[in-house]
Amino acid sequence: MGLELLNIADSKDGIMMSEESVKAGFPSPAEGFSDNTIDLNHELIHHRATTFCTRVSGDSMIDAYIHDGDYLIVDRSLEPHDGDMAVCFIDGEFTLKYIEVTDKGIWLRPANPNYPKIHVDPESNFMIWGIVTYSIHKR
Amino acid sequence: MFGLCDCDSFFASCERVFRPELYGKPVVVLSNNDGCIVAMTREAKQIGLKRGMPLFQIKDIIEKYDVAVFSSNFALYGDISSRVMQILAEETGDIDIYSIDEAFFSLDRFNPENMREGLLQVRNKIFKGIGIPVSIGVAPTRTLAKVASHYAKRYPGYKGVCIIDTEEKRKKALELLPVRDVWGIGRKFGKRLDYFGITTAADFVDRSESWIRNEFHKSGVQTWKELKGIPCKESEELSEKQSICTSRSFEKMVCEWEQLVESTANFASACAGKLRRQHTVCQTITVFVLSNRFREDLEQYYNSRQITMNVPTNSTMEIVNTAIIALRQIFRKGIMYKKCGVVLSDISSDKAYQQDIFDTKDRLKLSRLTKAIDSINNKNGTDTIHLAIQNVSDKGQNIRHEHRSPCYTTNINDVLIVKV
Repeated sequence: MGLELLNIADSKDGIMMSEESVKAGFPSPAEGFSDNTIDLNHELIHHRATTFCTRVSGDSMIDAYIHDGDYLIVDRSLEPHDGDMAVCFIDGEFTLKYIEVTDKGIWLRPANPNYPKIHVDPESNFMIWGIVTYSIHKR
Repeated sequence: MFGLCDCDSFFASCERVFRPELYGKPVVVLSNNDGCIVAMTREAKQIGLKRGMPLFQIKDIIEKYDVAVFSSNFALYGDISSRVMQILAEETGDIDIYSIDEAFFSLDRFNPENMREGLLQVRNKIFKGIGIPVSIGVAPTRTLAKVASHYAKRYPGYKGVCIIDTEEKRKKALELLPVRDVWGIGRKFGKRLDYFGITTAADFVDRSESWIRNEFHKSGVQTWKELKGIPCKESEELSEKQSICTSRSFEKMVCEWEQLVESTANFASACAGKLRRQHTVCQTITVFVLSNRFREDLEQYYNSRQITMNVPTNSTMEIVNTAIIALRQIFRKGIMYKKCGVVLSDISSDKAYQQDIFDTKDRLKLSRLTKAIDSINNKNGTDTIHLAIQNVSDKGQNIRHEHRSPCYTTNINDVLIVKV
């Protein structure tokens, strides 16, 4: 069987493969497609190439309704603006915070009174990894 | 003119996306089974590490310089590759994927006046949006574009974009280029080139066409012409076995699933034939589809999907089936497709696997199994399934991947954890 397929494809004029081979080897072509379903990938991901899924661990953003175990949709291509919620990399760790851009530099603001605001030392190894566009919480 | 976009230290760069603390530090990626180095960053080269070095030999260096070591994670690399290619396709239109980390692209959309600025922007978009640094080479032929990307990569002054657009630049580039680094002849003819005293690409080009034809045959002449600025190679001919690609533009645009399946199956089976002819097996299969960029009135779409199998194969049935599973994941109704293609990568010699693990009867069983496993993998993760296959085949050795990173982008259980 394998050999037969090979020969057909190798004759460069692109002959169609016989029905039989198709049936023997392939999953039904009609499976799995439907016109009228809502595709959350399509709805929640505006730029597939630069969007990543991450998971939350901790409670410093609890007042922004971000819970431990929630999933975040993060788009790396977006430019950060004051007030955005962002996945940042600071002091060797990923963290989720609001970013505040002021005259005195960049601050990372939690949404939980038990945690302090963090001032970003311009010398430090800091990057804004991506901007959060959606969070997904299981009820 | 041709553009070539080539990811820098691709596998290692993929690891850095999710481990930003590794920027500026030496990173190496090991081959299947954690045998030897297959990819590394510039910093790793600088401390004397080389491709092909076995892990056990470099333990001291790793400790001394705190080198980050990873097992190959082709699920991750394939997904990141697909993202890079998607941005490149969005920004440039027509792309021709050459390997997991390289693609040729068309320059039609760029204004010659400020092409450099345009290409720098593409490079920035890829780096910011995904985190992968790329080098871009532009030249009148594909071989010269590769030369240009070589310079873009090695000399920081280019900022990642090198354009060979004058005779003067072309000549200078060839004078400074060791002939062994030339695509298509370097590895193949290294010793014979030494014998004739040909050390730079310029030495090679200075010989007469008839002499080249005598000594290096048709492929030598093609490379010779390409280096002179006369395009005569298709991207598929440039392959040096690191990947096998079959793709074609459709004469008429295609929108039906059945038509795409048929082409994909044909391409996949052609690739499988090539694999067997060169006595190799592959583990990763990529399928890509592209809409017609010249029809701005139609919805534009580019997507690719890669599937990494648990066991390397060169079986037509298995490769065709896998290609179709990949196609199913990227097929969208209502798109007028202009092109599709199949790329096989993660290629190795068939000797190690075929004789040890398979016999003729087991193969069919295994290929069915692989298909079932693939669908389970999406839900549960690769590792356990991998072992299951080893158990089934009984004779199989445990494949080592002690340092494998999580499949951040392809397995929901492996996504990046953000501390809050």
